[in-house]
Amino acid sequence: MELVYTRTKTLQEDKVSGFCPGCMHSTIIKLIGEVLEELDIVEKTTLITGIGCCGLHMDYVDYDEITAPHGRATAVATGLKRTNPDRIYYTIQGDGDFAAIGLGESISAANRGENITVIFVNNAIYGMTGGQMAPTTLLGMKATTAQNGRNAKEHGYPIHMCEVLNQLTAPVFLARCSCNNPQNLRKTKDAIKKAFINQIEGRGFSMVEIVTSCLTGWGLSPLEGLDYLEEKMFPEYPLGIVRDI
Amino acid sequence: MENNLCIAGFGGQGVMTFGKLLATAVCDNTDYNVTFFPSYGAEQRGGTANCYLIISDREIGTPMSDILDDLVVLNQPSYDKFVSKLKMGGRLFVNSSIVKPTSDRSDIQIISVPATDIVVGMGNIKVLNIFMLGVYIGYTEIVPSESIWKSIMEKMAGKPSLVELNKNAFEQGIELGRSQK
Amino acid sequence: MAKVLMKGCEAIAEAAVRAGCRFFAGYPITPQNEIPEYFSKRMPEVGGAFVQGESEVASVNMVYGAAAGGTRAMTSSSSPGISLKSEGISYAAAARIPMVYVNVCRGGPGVGVIQPAQTDYLQATKASGNGGFRMRVFAPATVQEAVNMTYKAFDYADMDRNPVLILSDGVVGTMMEPVELPPMKSDDEIERIKESKKKISCIGHPLGERVWIKPGVWDTIMWENINKDAEKLYESWADQAEWESFMTDDAEVIVTGYGIAGRIARSAVEIARGQGLKVGLIRPKTVYPFPYKAYEMIDYSKVKAILDVEMSIPALFLEDVKAAVKERCPISTYLRSGGNLVSREEMVSRIKKLASR
Repeated sequence: MELVYTRTKTLQEDKVSGFCPGCMHSTIIKLIGEVLEELDIVEKTTLITGIGCCGLHMDYVDYDEITAPHGRATAVATGLKRTNPDRIYYTIQGDGDFAAIGLGESISAANRGENITVIFVNNAIYGMTGGQMAPTTLLGMKATTAQNGRNAKEHGYPIHMCEVLNQLTAPVFLARCSCNNPQNLRKTKDAIKKAFINQIEGRGFSMVEIVTSCLTGWGLSPLEGLDYLEEKMFPEYPLGIVRDI
Repeated sequence: MENNLCIAGFGGQGVMTFGKLLATAVCDNTDYNVTFFPSYGAEQRGGTANCYLIISDREIGTPMSDILDDLVVLNQPSYDKFVSKLKMGGRLFVNSSIVKPTSDRSDIQIISVPATDIVVGMGNIKVLNIFMLGVYIGYTEIVPSESIWKSIMEKMAGKPSLVELNKNAFEQGIELGRSQK
Repeated sequence: MAKVLMKGCEAIAEAAVRAGCRFFAGYPITPQNEIPEYFSKRMPEVGGAFVQGESEVASVNMVYGAAAGGTRAMTSSSSPGISLKSEGISYAAAARIPMVYVNVCRGGPGVGVIQPAQTDYLQATKASGNGGFRMRVFAPATVQEAVNMTYKAFDYADMDRNPVLILSDGVVGTMMEPVELPPMKSDDEIERIKESKKKISCIGHPLGERVWIKPGVWDTIMWENINKDAEKLYESWADQAEWESFMTDDAEVIVTGYGIAGRIARSAVEIARGQGLKVGLIRPKTVYPFPYKAYEMIDYSKVKAILDVEMSIPALFLEDVKAAVKERCPISTYLRSGGNLVSREEMVSRIKKLASR
């Protein structure tokens, strides 16, 4: 029989997903693994994980990994890439990591045009710590630290990282994707691939924002979560290529 | 032998260069130990600047002594601040063009030179520090003047147009320093 | 080799380059700006990389990354900036990443003063970050010592796979002194050092041979075991403490201080000896591990008092001296702070008073 689909070899063999049911992190891990295999760079690649559920990626992949302090993944990647320019480095960072505590590192690495790849997972909530407000939390969305819902007067507005980084000159690729349906999954994989090809070609800073759900943090079922993405998240965070130069 | 020198003046008068040139000459041409310690502040320009230079035939302990053997003051605030730190019999080199010795200390040697007036007469006030360095070396002979001149030349490598001016200032300083002995 | 006149900060940077340091990241702060400035010029000359980070936090994490990639790497700062670096230092200690960093200490707490001080002693020796890790901490008293210690620090960092701290101060950092520079490691040698770390560096590996740098784990027993391994490392340094003992054999007064205060103290001891006073000096060169042994070798039956000299108010170094002396003789202090240097003359007069007890 012809083998038409198999698990990416970049995953630890015996590993079973420990992510919450319906979580898209496992899909993201798979997509990245497939891209690394297709580009034949697995043996050159190191993952720099942020803190939070993104940090869990290290437990699934079977290639090199280093855990960065919260928010500092792009700084750690900078040190690695500057000293090993022929190797491949990518970060996986959540919204708290990339857009709150690590905002300075994120913008500065992008502004220097570091030749690295950033995968930014935006689910508008702090998942691992139990549903606190993120800088990307939608207005009105409830969080354990904004129990009546985020309000602009007190908490400000959701931050749009693709658009923030698009103000800079150096980044070469900024895209916002999702994994909510097969079409978007394909686009996400294409974007991730492009972000790695840019690094291989030495073109500079690439960031792929993946808008996902956090069913546990949102208090929704998997299907409700998909609806919430379409109805609430995408209007705030429109999908598409923001920059490709 | 241990000689504690403080050089003080306005920021921009070349106080640090004075100290570094002397320290470099000692390092490169003698067997003495030397330390150069700049006092540093938040201001980049103006304000007061001073540095301490210790020359010794033994290991140097403190790079900034409370009691000075020699003091070079290029402006009034430096004179007011440091003159009391000079030891009995210590040597004060003073830019008398702009410093009025107000202290009643009669237990020190005062080498008074109208430095600002002289270098203005030479056409460039920027060589004030080189001139005063000449005066100091001419008077103290703490290191051979040739070794200092070597350090000055190394510092001016790439600026040949300034060599003549500095040589003139340095030599006039040496001469004036010697004549005050 | 001929001595060259160099500023402490620049000499430290050159020593690092000669030791094979090929990555530096830092953020400007007085009085250590000459370190990043020097590296920015020097690194491109030797094929290394320099990054001016957007903050101390970013800089130390760049170094954490570079070192995890197998390159000898360093950062530097001064007191408030060192506090910010404590995050990355703790991660490096946890993940056993070798790196070297320099504190050119100024007067604290807070933004304090930019002038020299020794007010970071406890932070440097007891808790340079969260989590209860330890580091070798060297305290240079001269530019030459700063050079030698920095050069050696990279070997210790690699040997231990642990951060190493050079605890300097605004005097040693900004003063110029003649120094003899150590030999420049060749490109081949530097490549060999990097190559020797290949199996533990984040440079990509075949599947199944992954390098996994863990500044933390999920399993509590596993982490306890990692703590135990680290403890063994720290304990192995106990007999490697370094210090200078000077004229202590017949001493009735022993002055003790580290770094620049210890150096000034030595010259005070020389003057006091010249006046016929029986006085000696103990100057720790490593402040972690602390040279307890130096204080064990004292003949306490002769000693009237120990004089602790340090540029910190309240006294901090005193805590280790007390632990070493174990109440076997009285300890007196001479302290300055706020960016003011301890005075040799004042020390001499205090030694006289203690000797006449």
